[in-house]
Amino acid sequence: MKAPWFDYQAPTSLADALAVLGQAEGDGRVLAGGQSLMPMLNMRIADPAVLVDINRIPGLDGIEETDASLSVGALVRHADILNSDAVRARWPLLHEATTYVAHPAIRNRGTVCGSVSHNDPAAEHPSILATYDGTVVIASAEGRREVPAGEFSQGMLTTALEPGEMVVGVRYARPPEGTGSAFVEFARRLGDFAIAGAAALLTVRDGVCERARLTIVGMGEGPLRATAAEDALTGTKLEPGAAPGLFADVAHEVKATLDPAEDVHASSGFRRHLAGVMVQRALTAALMRTRETR
Amino acid sequence: MAREQSITLTVNGREYTRTVTVRTSLADFLRDHLHLTGTHTGCEHGVCGACTVSLNGRSARSCLTLAVQADGGDVVTIEGLRDDEGEWSPVQKAFFENFAVQCGFCTPGFLITAIELLRGNPDPSEEEIREYLSGNICRCSGYQAIIKAVQAAAAAARGQE
Repeated sequence: MKAPWFDYQAPTSLADALAVLGQAEGDGRVLAGGQSLMPMLNMRIADPAVLVDINRIPGLDGIEETDASLSVGALVRHADILNSDAVRARWPLLHEATTYVAHPAIRNRGTVCGSVSHNDPAAEHPSILATYDGTVVIASAEGRREVPAGEFSQGMLTTALEPGEMVVGVRYARPPEGTGSAFVEFARRLGDFAIAGAAALLTVRDGVCERARLTIVGMGEGPLRATAAEDALTGTKLEPGAAPGLFADVAHEVKATLDPAEDVHASSGFRRHLAGVMVQRALTAALMRTRETR
Repeated sequence: MAREQSITLTVNGREYTRTVTVRTSLADFLRDHLHLTGTHTGCEHGVCGACTVSLNGRSARSCLTLAVQADGGDVVTIEGLRDDEGEWSPVQKAFFENFAVQCGFCTPGFLITAIELLRGNPDPSEEEIREYLSGNICRCSGYQAIIKAVQAAAAAARGQE
């Protein structure tokens, strides 16, 4: 349980970090919070030639809000998200989901961008970024590019990052007025990875659903946007009495599209069942909160 | 690129300069280089919490932190919890008085985490204590006593013994 040999670089500028990553020819890994990478090193699952520690680079730890979006830099820790009044007040889905991330000591070091880059299917942050129609900001020695969250995830622990590239930030798009949100998750113990979870954003005006976003967590492939369910919900009347039946139907339809893998934590059927329960709970809570925001 | 590096850091108020291999974890550095064996390594992948130390004022898993990352930093371990007269800290006393220590393996991590909790939240509810300590595992099944100890320490600090 000791890390393998590697070369270690702790550059103090982004340009230097990108230069080192570029020279590593795909065999370099970015060390931010290290809360996923260090276990992988200790277990010898990862064996990079070079570790590029970005913790000494200034300017990557910002949480910045505009009318249209929220930007989170590569060194923003889970604890910083939980301590941000702006996130708590105006980005409640991000705040709520982060309360499910691991434990205090992990949250003090682990980063949002690290979680998105790692793309563990049971992790919260990739799904939250996808639910907010987010964008991943990527840099390399050659320049910058931006990738929508939906295209960034390419399956379990796999992303659109190319050799020499790193995630320098993520950007969440602000939902319209009248949006309620909810994140729910089932895990055996507090802070464990999710067996199943769901994130929902519902925008309701005059009793009609104008916009819906629904993402399922823990199904084995990274964030899974339930776009068919989103389309089905859009335009429907979301009245208090009618919604439970509608949400049950949506959950049923979503479940039919899922075929999660079995592992030591849950059978495929149990996971699928939980996904349905999570979808119903997330939609119900999100709808309730659209009323609270009015 | 060198695979060894000289680092200077403060541990429990004392400055140390040592040369370490870059892959050395902070936990192994504390134990093997500084002989501060109060920090325990359990799972070595961040799950058990036994290796939790304070790094620059925030709790951190020392098994998931490289020693070179702590270069220039300020670390507090279980050995640094006594005051200048050698007296245990109030939270340590509360653990002792409430039988919150059985084999003692998990205790250093619990103490560092509990002290961080009480610093930010001097009057936590039982649920808040349980949530904050959820990343520390005790295999002697002493959670009840540990929670009582944290409640007692909080009450003592508020002058309600």
